[in-house]
Amino acid sequence: MKKSAILAAVGIAALLLAGAAEAKDKVKVGFIGPLTGGVSANGLGGRNSADLAVRLRNADPKAKYEYELIVLDDECKPNVAVQVATKMAAEKDIVAAATHYCSATAIATVDTYHKFGFPVIVWGAVLPDITYRNNYAEVHRVNGTMINQNDANAELISSLGYKTVAVIHDTTDYGKGHNEYFSKSLEKIGKAKIVGTFGVTADQQDFTTELTKIKALNPDVIYFGGLTPIGVRIRSQMDKLGIKAVFDGTSGIVSDSYIQGLGPLAEGTLAFREGAPTEKLPGGKFFMEKYNEQKYENPPEAYGAFAFAAMNMILDAIEKVGPDRKKVIDELANVKDRDSIVGKITFDDHGQNTVPVITKYVVQDGKFVEWADSEYASGKRKLPGQK
Amino acid sequence: MPGIRPGMTVELLTPMNAALLAQYVMNGLMLGMMYGLVAVGFTLFFGVLDVIKFSHGDVLTVGAFTALATFAGVNAMGLASPWLALLLMLVIATLAMAFLGMLIARFLVMPLRSAPALNTLLITLMLGTVLRECVRLFYPQGANPKPFPALLPRGSIDIGAFNLRFDNVMMLAAGALVIVGLQLLLNRTKLGLAIRAVAQDEETARTMGINFTAIVLITFAIGSGLAAFAGVMNGLYYNEVNFGIGLYLGVIGFSAAIIGGLGSIYGAILGGFLFAGLQIIGTVLLPLASAYKDVFAFAVVIALMAWRPTGLIREKISERV
Repeated sequence: MKKSAILAAVGIAALLLAGAAEAKDKVKVGFIGPLTGGVSANGLGGRNSADLAVRLRNADPKAKYEYELIVLDDECKPNVAVQVATKMAAEKDIVAAATHYCSATAIATVDTYHKFGFPVIVWGAVLPDITYRNNYAEVHRVNGTMINQNDANAELISSLGYKTVAVIHDTTDYGKGHNEYFSKSLEKIGKAKIVGTFGVTADQQDFTTELTKIKALNPDVIYFGGLTPIGVRIRSQMDKLGIKAVFDGTSGIVSDSYIQGLGPLAEGTLAFREGAPTEKLPGGKFFMEKYNEQKYENPPEAYGAFAFAAMNMILDAIEKVGPDRKKVIDELANVKDRDSIVGKITFDDHGQNTVPVITKYVVQDGKFVEWADSEYASGKRKLPGQK
Repeated sequence: MPGIRPGMTVELLTPMNAALLAQYVMNGLMLGMMYGLVAVGFTLFFGVLDVIKFSHGDVLTVGAFTALATFAGVNAMGLASPWLALLLMLVIATLAMAFLGMLIARFLVMPLRSAPALNTLLITLMLGTVLRECVRLFYPQGANPKPFPALLPRGSIDIGAFNLRFDNVMMLAAGALVIVGLQLLLNRTKLGLAIRAVAQDEETARTMGINFTAIVLITFAIGSGLAAFAGVMNGLYYNEVNFGIGLYLGVIGFSAAIIGGLGSIYGAILGGFLFAGLQIIGTVLLPLASAYKDVFAFAVVIALMAWRPTGLIREKISERV
């Protein structure tokens, strides 16, 4: 008798819950990143992280809506990015999106988002112009810009006593931006000088000619402003030509695929990135635990936590003001000191998060290790020519 | 702009010592050898059938990926010797591509014999896209650049700034042997005689009892096998392959064949080295960002074609009536 009453109660409760779940409205949100091509590891990590944010929200009984994530692939190519951005923004059901890892694609699509009044939060691209060139209320960014990371880069190179630097950068907006901000910053510090600058195409295969020319200049450091695929090629061809300079990269090569592509040759490569490493972020432990529970095929990579934070912010906004693009844009304009797994987020009047934290990395034993914790900083190991 | 400041160019050129020059020449020889091997294919196909087969570069890609898959297979079987692995990779990739070349000739190119040449060009262009996309979609993680194993000895001799690598020397020697072998095959064997006869005059060749279809298929097999060889060489040189390599190498190989004079083997090789030389000159001597090297190289090709429309080396006898 008593037992059946409990059973009945449980049954009714279950029915009620199911009814409540069914009653939730479906809301679509978007994600765009490079899911194929050379930097797809970062894109897939970002996609999984955004997906994780959606799943956690859907599992939350307090959530007002049931979310569906629409994922599109920009292939890290500006022309493809504009197509998929248009496709996503034109679909009125999709309320907002976390978009782009590649700067070249992010800058190419800001006008599209503005035209359609489609709110986006950039989760990985670092070109300053994405938020600062225009004043589009639709465009926001949770990660920092390349200005900060290049300041940190120039500072480290100068403080290690290096005097000469050769610059290789790809000729997309991303690579050109890196070249510009790094060169400016190095000049301002005034301890090292740039002995040669080489603009290369973003899909170039052969760098032996540029590198032979650099070999003649005999620089202490080769700075590289570009992404992983050609970073791997340049580093490996440096070795083939017997060039001993330090390879100094940017956030574009902070990815496990850089190390996989090079093996032991990756040792001693420098790189810089906005924000702190995932495990050192305020919510890093929570994020990694939840991420691992889902058993995704790929790791979150360097920007996964940012993609998660961006998507979470979108979901928060929708929860608060409802699935309406205009209201979401208004809501995102007021983000100030908001807690997230990447730390406090404040959007300035351009929708740019103001995070000054930069992490310096060096590859040690097949891992990107924080410079301060590395054996290179403690003097146990030495980079080529390190004093 | 990402160029080089004016003061620097002078500083760079004056002490360009012998070692650096040797390094540039070595880089150029490697590039030229790969371009030349691709160009030879274009020239062979044009010789026997008067067609331009635009899928040639992508056959190279498929060849390189076949070699990579073979390597994975060899590894799975636990064969440790890099030489044996390399030999298997070369043999399997070359044979597979030779077979693919024959299939393309038999089922796509030959049926279009009586159609305008433009149709062959179009159909092979489309086939190239299909091959490329197949590698991208069906090879595991095919959209990403794949590391290619370094199977040749890694040693090198440093002579000042010149770094002479043993693997480069071996690849150059192997490439040269292949070209000499091809030359001997064409000029000293009955098969070569038949290929040349078909190239010169198809109808007379037929009346002399030459099996036209068989000769065309064999020629396509040889050309495509060479592409596979170039693909493996490309992989060994850069230690990386991706699904897009063939597109670029195809365009360059085609241009090289054109500058050399379509139908001439020597012309194709010469064209390949010339193009590599132009790219290097474009990077080293021009005060522009090195991203412009291809603009420079292709501009010179256009100028050369305007000057010599039939190529640098003309065919001894024109096969057109």
